[in-house]
Amino acid sequence: MATMLNQQTTSLASIIAKHKSEILSQWIREMSSATRRSDLIKDSEVQSQCARFLDLLGDAAPAGSNIQATAYEPLREMLGEVSRRRAQQGFTPTETATFVLSVKRPLFTAIKEEHAKNASEMATEMWSATELLDSLGLLTTELYLKQREEVIRRQQEEMLELSTPVVKLWDGILALPLIGTLDSARTQVVMESLLESIVQTNSRVAIIDITGVPTVDTVVAQHLLKAVTAARLMGADCIISGVRPQIAQTIVHLGINLLDVTTKATLSDAFSLAMKRAGLTLVRLDANKNGRAKGENQNEN
Amino acid sequence: MAVVSSETIPVVSEPDIVMVRRRVREESLRLGFSLVDQTKVVTAASELARNTLIHGGGGYMDLITLNGPRVGLRLTFNDKGPGIPDVQLALRDGFTTGTGLGLGLGGAKRLVNEFEISSSADQGTRVSITRWK
Amino acid sequence: MEKIPILRMGEFLLVTIQVDMHDRLAIALQDDLTNRISQTGARGVLIDISSLEIVDSFIGRMIGNIAAMSRVLDAETVVVGMQPAVAITLVELGMSLPGVKTALNVDAGMELLRESVNDHKEAEYGSRI
Repeated sequence: MATMLNQQTTSLASIIAKHKSEILSQWIREMSSATRRSDLIKDSEVQSQCARFLDLLGDAAPAGSNIQATAYEPLREMLGEVSRRRAQQGFTPTETATFVLSVKRPLFTAIKEEHAKNASEMATEMWSATELLDSLGLLTTELYLKQREEVIRRQQEEMLELSTPVVKLWDGILALPLIGTLDSARTQVVMESLLESIVQTNSRVAIIDITGVPTVDTVVAQHLLKAVTAARLMGADCIISGVRPQIAQTIVHLGINLLDVTTKATLSDAFSLAMKRAGLTLVRLDANKNGRAKGENQNEN
Repeated sequence: MAVVSSETIPVVSEPDIVMVRRRVREESLRLGFSLVDQTKVVTAASELARNTLIHGGGGYMDLITLNGPRVGLRLTFNDKGPGIPDVQLALRDGFTTGTGLGLGLGGAKRLVNEFEISSSADQGTRVSITRWK
Repeated sequence: MEKIPILRMGEFLLVTIQVDMHDRLAIALQDDLTNRISQTGARGVLIDISSLEIVDSFIGRMIGNIAAMSRVLDAETVVVGMQPAVAITLVELGMSLPGVKTALNVDAGMELLRESVNDHKEAEYGSRI
């Protein structure tokens, strides 16, 4: 049975070779329906893609109908390229698959011509051609989906990163103002961002401000605790600021144990504490009568 | 068609645990996992490989690369050991305990996206973990 | 079998872990360190793990053990340079290494060690040295 199929696909290759130009022109005409999308892709690009597809299909067909075989690699790669481009250009998966599937009618017309005298051979030939083209069409869809998954994943990452800025308040003191809900995915990105910044800026203190976090329940508290613990393991201390009275109540009611994590009501309180821990202090400059700071050059009197 | 490759690595001695870490690192790197995700899956593999060796009396790990629409790594740890008497108990461990005694299953579970375990006295233990990219 | 080198810096011991240790090597390090502390009377141990890309529960426990055993021998332990990915993973594993002091890098770690040794001396002798 296998050899018969191989013979059939061999003749498929020769059918393609013999009728290439008619198949090509019919195919392109076939695509002048709703799925042509000339708004998204130029005629010349479609034509070259179709021609290339037929060339590669003709080359690979003698190897059989298993499109995973090595002989089909150039064709698979080409379809991968087409899928990628079309995804970028804004085609739907169906439109992309139609690129492949719309070659059926012209191909069948050619097959019909070649096997006009033998109905059973014609049917078998058409069947194996259908199998082949269907798997190629499905492959296009799969590659398209894969590409989309990758784009979505990257966009999600970028979005999460953008919404978690880490700010350097002073040498060795970072601040991470959190806005919005803290779910598991967000915590991951927040933690990674914070810890990377700690290493890059050599900061010993990180202030996590939760003024903008609407609710703090056990889950959120656990997430915060993870971030604080991870920072501590690296050698940095965290202060949690922006703890509203309601949050303090919730924490106590839920029996959440924040262990020895320092918490402050406001960011500025946290900053004062951070400075103190860093051994720094702020000094008010004394202005003399002329508005100059104490100790400034007094030569021009 | 989603499985791209499968490899079996024996886990019968201590250096094998290091080999498990190395192979899982190589594969997750090759698949383009983020550094954090690489670290998580390699660490989970280390925990489970050690279990297979110490509690299971030795066995093997299957390393499977998944390359469908979603890309990922699936690792299954198999042994013909005495099995885990109370799996639920083994999975439950306190979050803040610093000692990490016991099987570390709960910890490994938190490091991966999918976690399956079957264990009995006559069949041994089989743990399967999956980390998606 | 290779051993992890332990350097002496005054009254402190410095260990830099750069290889992916197998369990036996980790246990050997634990033993070596405790022996060296007791031999030299070291007051502090600095463990540099900035090159360690994987810390699983076994290594985590080793670090905890070293800190605990050192304390019994009247020495302070500071672990420095844990990588972010490692910290995140350890926390997820449920290990917080409560008895272990940490610092960002070797400099900060030495500072911490000197401070804590001075604190001890103050407590013992009642004056700043």
